[in-house]
Amino acid sequence: MTSFQFLEWPVIRQLRGADRLGRGAAVTSKATRSTAPRTSEADTVVQSVCPYCAVGCGQKVFAKDNRVIQIEGDPDSPISRGRLCPKGAASEQLVNSTRRITTVRYRPPYATDWQDLDLDTAMDMIADRFLEARRNHWEDEDEKGHPLRRAMGIASLGGATIDNEENYLAKKLFTAAGAIQMENQARI
Amino acid sequence: MGSLIESAGRPGADSGWEHEHPRKGFFTDTSICIGCKACEVACKEWNQNPTDGDLELLGSSFDNTGELGANTWRHVAFVEQDSERIEEAKESGRRLVSLGMPTVGPRSSGPRPGAPSTPGGRPGDDLTGEDTTPPDTPEFRWLMSSDVCKHCTNAGCLDVCPTGALHRTEFGTVVVQQDVCNGCGTCVGGCPFGVIERRDDGTISPRSSRDEGEQKDPDHGTANKCTLCYDRLVVGETPACAQTCPTTSIKFGDREDMVDSAEERVQQLHSQGMTEARLYGANPHDGVGGIGSVFLLLDEPEVYGLPPDPQVPTKELPQMYRTAGVAALGMVAATALAFLGGRR
Amino acid sequence: MANADCIVIQGSNMAEAHPVGYQWVMEARSRGARVIHVDPRFSRTSANADKHLPIRAGTDIVLLGALINHVIANDLWFTDYVKAFTNASSIIEGDFADSEDLDGLFSGFDPATGTYDNASWQYADASADGADGADGGHGASTATGVPHGESHGESHGSGGPQLEHGEPARDETLQDPRCVFQILKRHYARYTAEMVEEACGISRADFEYLARSMTDNSGPERTTCFAYAVGWTQHVGGAQFIRAAGVLQLLLGNMGRPGGGIMALRGHATIQGSTDIPTLFNLLPGYLPMPKAGAHDSFEDYVDSIGSKSQKGFWAESEAYAVNLLKAWWGDAATAENDWAFDYLPRLTGAHGTYQTTMRMLEDGLDGFFLLGQNPAVGSANGRMQRLGMSHLKWMVVRDFSMIESATWWKEGPEIESGELKTEDIATEMFFLPAANHTEKAGSFTQTQRLVQWRQQAVTPPGDCRSELAFMFELGQRLRERLRDSTDPRDRPLLDLTWDYPTDEHGEPDPESVLKEINGYHVGGEQDGVPLSSYTQITADGTTAGGCWIYTGVYADGVNQAARRKPGSEQDSTAAEWAWAWPANRRILYNRASADADGKPWSERKKYVWWDEDTQRWTGKDIPDFPADKHPHDLGDADEGGAAALAGNDAFVMQADGRGWLFAPSGMVDGPLPTHYETVESAIPNPLYGQQANPTQMTITDRDNMNAPGITGTAAEGEVYPYVFTTYRLTEHHTAGGMSRFLPYLAELQPELFCEVSPELAEEVGLEQNGWATVITPRSAIEARVLVTRRMRPLQAAGRTVHQIGIPYHWAQGTEAVVSGDAVNDLIGMNLDANTQIQNSKVIACALRPGRRPRGPALRDLVADFQDRAGISPTTAESTLDIGPTTAEPSAELAVDDPRGADTASGEEH
Repeated sequence: MTSFQFLEWPVIRQLRGADRLGRGAAVTSKATRSTAPRTSEADTVVQSVCPYCAVGCGQKVFAKDNRVIQIEGDPDSPISRGRLCPKGAASEQLVNSTRRITTVRYRPPYATDWQDLDLDTAMDMIADRFLEARRNHWEDEDEKGHPLRRAMGIASLGGATIDNEENYLAKKLFTAAGAIQMENQARI
Repeated sequence: MGSLIESAGRPGADSGWEHEHPRKGFFTDTSICIGCKACEVACKEWNQNPTDGDLELLGSSFDNTGELGANTWRHVAFVEQDSERIEEAKESGRRLVSLGMPTVGPRSSGPRPGAPSTPGGRPGDDLTGEDTTPPDTPEFRWLMSSDVCKHCTNAGCLDVCPTGALHRTEFGTVVVQQDVCNGCGTCVGGCPFGVIERRDDGTISPRSSRDEGEQKDPDHGTANKCTLCYDRLVVGETPACAQTCPTTSIKFGDREDMVDSAEERVQQLHSQGMTEARLYGANPHDGVGGIGSVFLLLDEPEVYGLPPDPQVPTKELPQMYRTAGVAALGMVAATALAFLGGRR
Repeated sequence: MANADCIVIQGSNMAEAHPVGYQWVMEARSRGARVIHVDPRFSRTSANADKHLPIRAGTDIVLLGALINHVIANDLWFTDYVKAFTNASSIIEGDFADSEDLDGLFSGFDPATGTYDNASWQYADASADGADGADGGHGASTATGVPHGESHGESHGSGGPQLEHGEPARDETLQDPRCVFQILKRHYARYTAEMVEEACGISRADFEYLARSMTDNSGPERTTCFAYAVGWTQHVGGAQFIRAAGVLQLLLGNMGRPGGGIMALRGHATIQGSTDIPTLFNLLPGYLPMPKAGAHDSFEDYVDSIGSKSQKGFWAESEAYAVNLLKAWWGDAATAENDWAFDYLPRLTGAHGTYQTTMRMLEDGLDGFFLLGQNPAVGSANGRMQRLGMSHLKWMVVRDFSMIESATWWKEGPEIESGELKTEDIATEMFFLPAANHTEKAGSFTQTQRLVQWRQQAVTPPGDCRSELAFMFELGQRLRERLRDSTDPRDRPLLDLTWDYPTDEHGEPDPESVLKEINGYHVGGEQDGVPLSSYTQITADGTTAGGCWIYTGVYADGVNQAARRKPGSEQDSTAAEWAWAWPANRRILYNRASADADGKPWSERKKYVWWDEDTQRWTGKDIPDFPADKHPHDLGDADEGGAAALAGNDAFVMQADGRGWLFAPSGMVDGPLPTHYETVESAIPNPLYGQQANPTQMTITDRDNMNAPGITGTAAEGEVYPYVFTTYRLTEHHTAGGMSRFLPYLAELQPELFCEVSPELAEEVGLEQNGWATVITPRSAIEARVLVTRRMRPLQAAGRTVHQIGIPYHWAQGTEAVVSGDAVNDLIGMNLDANTQIQNSKVIACALRPGRRPRGPALRDLVADFQDRAGISPTTAESTLDIGPTTAEPSAELAVDDPRGADTASGEEH
């Protein structure tokens, strides 16, 4: 229970202070007087880049207790100068979206809904299927005997929204596996 | 009781703040707005405002927000105009132009004779002697403008608030104290611009589990409006909308500087033949004493959904009190007479 | 772009799609620059430009060609620049025939395959050397390494194929009728202002305004800049649109100059990076091509096809770049003896792009499909075929943040509603693996201007969410584990792969270690493991290794250059210390051209890079894109090849002759000069040639991918789809909606799908403002709200009124997002450009009627009804459409009642 101090009472401050009409300093509550931006609570601030278009606006990501609390423009960026478009400005809602899925979902053949599946099992299943698909549609040579060494039973789409390092590993792995049908948004 | 009309320059100072802070405000230059609505989103993100609207097209060009309200503190208007309307706007602007402006020649079509080889001219170039005939009035234009709380010099909402929830900050801005506001709604009627509103849909409805996580709204029921990012100003940061605006259509700074920039910009546009450019809210003698966020418009205010001659409802208050006082005295006198006369 | 004196935005809606980038256009405007927007629609970009030129969608080459013609005919080209830096003076082979001679075709066309043999497009030899090397004479005709003659877009890396050597015959007076300049002049002679009026619907006055704006603002003192986006790329012939701008900018002397050039405005966070380090079928990192069976069976063949060592410029080092990559991937298993494990690379046999893969899916040729943050059920052309294709898969792995429609199609996609698919009958196994977002992982993006920016990690991913890095690394480990004891030679590439990245305590691989590999490092010796600092350090003897040669330097001096963050306020406008641009942190490519033949800036106002006589080096505001110590008057050593062969004015260092190509002897599969064609669906005869449509177009012949008859039908049939629609983005949304429709703050800004129509069209069709309309094409039908606006204007072209409709494509059917609607891509067919395999999404014939669309099976009935009336059907499909190489088995051969979906309840009858 907050202690009540007579002199702090807005009416008293109004009568005693310079704010005679009680529309300014006299009526401020304690909360108002201790106003601070949400970002001052952050325990982490990093420089990042907007995940939407290719302009690459700088973003400052504020986090507290391992949760993003604000994303706004990075004034240091010579490209964006601290500005963001509506999508970039909505990045906090993107990363904290309530529609975000955080567990593996699995749909068996012919099922009418999703099921739970643990990540480790899912990875095993995917690895198995990858190799099986690779076996099923492997092409060693073409009809003229030229080597092909490829797995035509697997394809991948996507890359423009993931990191360079991720594209690199994906291309490296799939190519070594013979899976040549890799594409992304650049083609579309 | 003192005058309720404050001086345009120092509404903050008159509010009992001990330390001198320059008045802060916006200058919204709608001539460079690209209608992206980043301001709407950045504002909502910073203030964690709920979404509003039915998720249906309003059919109002690209504006699906509609208006300012409790949940939307920045609103971008879109107005599509044909050449007739554009010409009217140029004409009404010309009438506002004060003496001393370069002569504006007759409207012409085709290449401008003697037009400088530098297309568009340069700001600061001496344009005397150059042809300032405006370019062909385009057949079409699309006006875009980001509206916001005006943080008026004489703020109607502030004047009528019975609880002191609305207050004038040290920056000269008008802010609702959410912990003080009791949701009475008097301020809603007090704003000549229709900005402030209660965050109240008037119904009690169960929330689905999705909504629960969506946005917890501690300010349900209270009056809500733009705070000019008070919580950012206290640490010397820029309001979210001004920071994010890609083209600096929304400029932020000391109000004095903002008004100066605005006046310069109008001059510049006039010299380029765009006589439709005019300022809104810069006049300290208007019905609200000038506003904290001046606008540069390219047409009449009504076109943008702004009142052409806003008046703070408390403007006449001293006169009203006097009248009421006279009436009260009159009533007392009449009553006294009634009693005196009635004694036999 | 802020330094431009004039900016032409065409094929782009920059203010809406790149709003924050647009601040630089506004900067230029505030300094007096003129901004012109050429677009079928008046958009938010047009509202912030000086002038908007409405254009009939798809006719950009007519406009650009007319500008080229105007510049040449009126002697407005930048003479000194053109002579010094372009191939204007090069002489072309004697048997070259232009589209003027062949009514729209070039010499070398083979109608049977729909491809060109570019032998006749080559430079005439300067020397009499017609010796046959490994490629049999005139190098470029076998440049792709493909059996003599065929040129295929997918086989080219970035510099285009090589020329045998860099010195063609020339006529410096530019008078020889076989010199490039004269060929160019003749090619565009009929592209006049009148033609623009007729074909594009742009008035002569507007054309003159555009021409004058550009020519007034080009030359030594001023520069003009182009900006384009998918409004150019998403056309058949789109690559040629861009080339036309390239030709124009070369003529005006704007390439390689500040405020000049052509700005490609790409659309995704790291789409540039995903082409440089490509998750694309036809490329290896650094734009090395994927090897092709038959042509590149040996490493030597492969290397020779990319660049001959005697050609000029940096592609001459292609062997070194290739060795570098192979060493990085296979480490010790890649040795000189085994040709650096070149045999480990799988081979192409043609185009294996996403649409070819879609067809393969439908033919049960694909078992499994990974989606890494892409939503093809909504974002790829012919959405219905995409989703039907998925029903043929055995399994799918979707990695994304939310339940995008490509993950829920089996449950609630449009084919469930129409009855074509039934959930209980769909066998496709679905895995949804939640992905980590950009704040939950460190890594780099490459922006549209080649800037590589590193992001720091802010938080750790929740629950099962993982980065793609962790996923790929894990998958690789599990695959290798399973194959550990294999003796099958096909598994060696997986087992010998260098796959040894350090991981943190969560098991997450360290992204910086991957960046280091991409950068490259020394192998062996004292410097073993030390990062390379420049691509000039790359060797062909296995002493260096690196994943992507153009990125070499991003980790120079062992420092993550992409993570540099010196504030812009503390730097000049080039801001070279913020992040890192490839190659070598150059910000403007070919910037040697910003100085004249003597190495002096063209003007004080536009000085950028110049030759410093005192230090005998190139210097300036940017890293010079030229050998630093090569004197401007250097003749170049032709025998050396590579960078040494470059002359002091060979500014275009990646081209085989060091010149900017007005005429492209190789590299483009549909012609050395951009040429106007109509789309296959166009009802307007090509005003310039008898050849109606692009003869090399890749058509996927299929009953579900039919086209409107265009001019091939009868008059009545031609009227069935009388209008044209074009697609575009809105600022408030992002591509297929996966990152915007799921966000309330964005969804409420643009909640519903709408179509923009002119008041005239609304009246003609009977549409009401804010009412409903149904749009019908031979592929499908959708409904949209109606926005009647004067921003859409009917155009007068080819003697008729052309009505164009604008439709943003962000919506899809589903219950998971905040807002939903029909998917516009369901309307669009797979008609692909032969250079890029990119589809036409910008000029689509359609019918339009008021009201909502039918539900359930009635939807397909409606589509079929229109098809019948237009005289198109599965049996006519082949004859009307097959004008290009078919890359899929013609599915019209399928029996008519063969169901497309897996065990559909209702078969498909047309």
